[in-house]
Amino acid sequence: MTMKSTKATGISRRRLLATASAGAALAVSPFRINIVHADEGTIKVGFPVPLTGPYGTEAQDQVRAAEVAIAEFNEGGGLNGRKAELLVRDDKLNPGEAATRTLELIEKDKVSFIVGSLSASVQLAVNNVTKERKVIYNSISQSDVINEAKDFSKYTFHEALNPHITAGAVGRYAFQKFGKKVAFLTADYAYGHEMVRGFQRAGKPFGIETLVDIRHPIGTTDFSALLPRIQALKPDILCISNFGRDQQISLKQATDFGMKKSMKIIAPVLLFTGRLAAGAQAFEGVIGGTSYYWGIEDKVASAKAFNDRFRKMHDGKVPSDYGALGYGGVMTLLMGAKKAGTLDADKVIEAVEALKYDYYKGPEYYRKCDHQAVQSVLIIESKSKPEKGPADVFNVLTVEEPNEANLRTCEELGHKA
Amino acid sequence: MAGLTFDLLAMQLFTGLALGAIYVLFAIGLSLIFGMLMVVNFAHGAFFMVGAYVGLFVLMLGGDFWTALVVVPLAVGLIGLVVERFLVRPLYGRGIDYPLLLTFGLGYVMIELVRIAFGKTGYPFDTPELLQGAVNIGIGYFPLYRLFVLGAAVAVLLGLWLFLEKTSFGLIIRAGARDPQIVRVLGVDVSRVWLVVFGIGTGIAGLAGVLAAPLQGVIPEMGSTILAEAFVVTVVGGMGSIGGAVIAGLLVGVVVSMTSLFAPEMAKVSIFALMALVLLVRPQGFFGRAGLMS
Amino acid sequence: MAVNEMSQSLAEAPPSSAGWFEFARRHRAGLASLFVLVFPLVMPFTALAANILIYGLYALGFNLVFGFLGLLSFGHAALFGTGAYLCGIAIVHFGLPWYAAIVIGVVAGAIMAAAIGALAIRTRGIYFAMVTMALAQCVYYLFYQAEGWTGGENGLRGINVNRIEIFGIKLDFIDPLTRYYVIAAFVILALFALSRILASPFGAVIQAVRENEARARASGYNVTLTRFITFVLSGAFCGLAGALAALHLSIVPIEMLYYETSGMAVMMSLLGGMGTFFGPFVGAAVFLLLENLVSLWTVHWQLIVGAVFVACVLFFPAGIWGTILKRLDR
Repeated sequence: MTMKSTKATGISRRRLLATASAGAALAVSPFRINIVHADEGTIKVGFPVPLTGPYGTEAQDQVRAAEVAIAEFNEGGGLNGRKAELLVRDDKLNPGEAATRTLELIEKDKVSFIVGSLSASVQLAVNNVTKERKVIYNSISQSDVINEAKDFSKYTFHEALNPHITAGAVGRYAFQKFGKKVAFLTADYAYGHEMVRGFQRAGKPFGIETLVDIRHPIGTTDFSALLPRIQALKPDILCISNFGRDQQISLKQATDFGMKKSMKIIAPVLLFTGRLAAGAQAFEGVIGGTSYYWGIEDKVASAKAFNDRFRKMHDGKVPSDYGALGYGGVMTLLMGAKKAGTLDADKVIEAVEALKYDYYKGPEYYRKCDHQAVQSVLIIESKSKPEKGPADVFNVLTVEEPNEANLRTCEELGHKA
Repeated sequence: MAGLTFDLLAMQLFTGLALGAIYVLFAIGLSLIFGMLMVVNFAHGAFFMVGAYVGLFVLMLGGDFWTALVVVPLAVGLIGLVVERFLVRPLYGRGIDYPLLLTFGLGYVMIELVRIAFGKTGYPFDTPELLQGAVNIGIGYFPLYRLFVLGAAVAVLLGLWLFLEKTSFGLIIRAGARDPQIVRVLGVDVSRVWLVVFGIGTGIAGLAGVLAAPLQGVIPEMGSTILAEAFVVTVVGGMGSIGGAVIAGLLVGVVVSMTSLFAPEMAKVSIFALMALVLLVRPQGFFGRAGLMS
Repeated sequence: MAVNEMSQSLAEAPPSSAGWFEFARRHRAGLASLFVLVFPLVMPFTALAANILIYGLYALGFNLVFGFLGLLSFGHAALFGTGAYLCGIAIVHFGLPWYAAIVIGVVAGAIMAAAIGALAIRTRGIYFAMVTMALAQCVYYLFYQAEGWTGGENGLRGINVNRIEIFGIKLDFIDPLTRYYVIAAFVILALFALSRILASPFGAVIQAVRENEARARASGYNVTLTRFITFVLSGAFCGLAGALAALHLSIVPIEMLYYETSGMAVMMSLLGGMGTFFGPFVGAAVFLLLENLVSLWTVHWQLIVGAVFVACVLFFPAGIWGTILKRLDR
């Protein structure tokens, strides 16, 4: 036993030096692969989205909408004849996985742009990888943090709304209508805090009184411990600041506790697919915001055009809110490239910054300091009885027009003027 | 703190008990299986989830909630019987880790199978009409369905107690929990006993799942969080002790409920800290058998 | 116990086995290193190869406690994650150079292991698994709450190491192959260190404790101290893996501290072969490859991995690599 170990030690030292130097030699050799974007062939757009996991349905809708964008771009002649191609990857709603996929897309597939991800932590992870490698990334889900100077880079774009605007818009609508005494039920993570901040900022000019702000851990399945306390305080409005399943469950349980009888429930974002999944009862009477709802096609021409293209390509289905973001995110980058006439990142960035567009929901543009898409916010209410088919689940109560004043200022976000 | 009245505190306490009822039902099976079979069933959460989905399936086929309440524990218990007979039994004697590892992998497989069969997004599960609405329990309005769950848990516990105390099979189970060796020496076919215990334990877990469904809807991942919490319950109460599972389950429910009142962010970590504390100070929990080691 | 007999037979070669097999066993670290060097050339993309290295190291560190010491821990994510976070924090908040950050990651993993170990080592069997799980959950909440340092739910971003210098040679860390070989260099170092530990007298004591604790104690070995030291060493290896992960992905997601990550270590070790030196590495490769490749055909890769795992538990307790070794040993 002792003999074995000494022998192993002796040879292993030599081997150590040999392998280490071999590795070093390989690293500096001309065999290194440089990160180069393809100069010819199709324009590759990477699309990491959570195909597996709780938001699989939203993600798949985003893929469908992105496909519409790609087809439309190609039919329009592409970039001097060069067509675009969508490379979809599953990031499993996991930032580590998303970072790996992004590395794969950039290093192996040599994409020119990346669009995607659903969830703040994932988009921040993707963004961190893309900005270091100078690849343009358009994020299509909500986050306040991605606008902030720490995470931002000139390669970062944000087509989706952020919690601040959305909560603010809903607050501005609700606080004047329903009362001043407000209780908050908030998911205890960055997104939840951001929504509350948006509500409170919007509520200040109305003089709202915050009765309580109860934080719950994300993934809470039982709110029974928290709801009685809220009921006891008798608020006019209950702001439920959470997302996805948390929202569905909390709305359901609030309904069970009979809270809708005594207060108005508002939420910053009401998901189209969430409403379909949770059913009419839980969402009854709840008011919220969204970036897109197919029902605006009566009033907005670009929405009708987008919806029709989507219907044609996908068996008569209509796009969801997040789906539309998939479309917008891809379209703006491709159109920017077309305008710039090149795939060179700096030139495309310039072109997209200058873009004034209306592709699917009304006029939009990207604010220069943080590349946030300045756009309208729809205030919606759940319909209990669909009239125009099963997808007719929301009433659009009002539309808050795009207004930079509703965003946080560039200085506040840490951007130098 | 704003609005802290006696009524509110009492309400929170009561809510905690109702919350604990689900924990209790779920943890009893876990405790029973560990007490008798020395198997830590990492798939217990998956059985919970399967119970909820079987209930959903019954509703989809046109049945009502009450039918589901009967069908679910039988169906899930049956699955448990199959699992024990063909997957867990070959591993006895191979060391305490193996059945644990098997159930760990099994959990993954079961979750994925449900995803394939029912999709990954989950379904809403409506509270049965009879049990909708809230009643005034003196200190405030409380959802009727949660009262039902509390009642159902009590009924199940009563039934289990009667089974264990008053039937001869129950006697064997209790003896086996106390000392498996002697029971075998006395000529009882222990493997059949274990089979039944595993079936009962998983069946009750399935029932807990379908009872929880109207509270939170059903998704494939619904078993994972409650599993972690159930481990806390079984450890604190004592692995193998049913009485311990009951008391600990209610305790955990109340702890979560009360910390939610004062510091909701701490609610989850408080129970894990409690678990760690108990494991270090008194590893057998309140009522468990001392010396349950490797 | 069957596990111990198996591990024993894999660790000691019977004198009459084939010469080349004996050679391979003695130079296992070297051969593993060679494998690591050519690995990226056979992988679909380099970032995946790097992930396999990192998780392979994580599984190897875990296996020190699981396969060689015989303790099932369900809390190793805490060690992996602590190494990653501390390495990241060193770079993001303190601006330290990358090599210092790696060292910090290793030390952090070891310290966290010492903390958890000090509490958990006294328990045995199932309770060890439960305590480590509970303590790891507490660590998770700790890092989650310390939003200012860790980014909380959003994870730690900004671990941007673009250009590094090794002994005067300037390297582009963004270049995938360069990054891989830098990571590989550390993994190879770790492989040699691990081999040394296992082949040393201390390594023999570790395995003696696993096989028969009473006898080891009777022979005069301090069992508790042995367990503690092994756990700390395991923490160091897992901390290194975490630090490398932070540098590779340029982020540390909070998911690294989830209970599922602890479960991954268990799965990979068992899949590969927990009593073997290189098994966990194989397990990690199989796990991640299945996850990536199966994802191309079906989204239900977890079913396949879970089924393979269950099959291993039932029929191939030596794991994939362990079974291969046993066959070759005939």
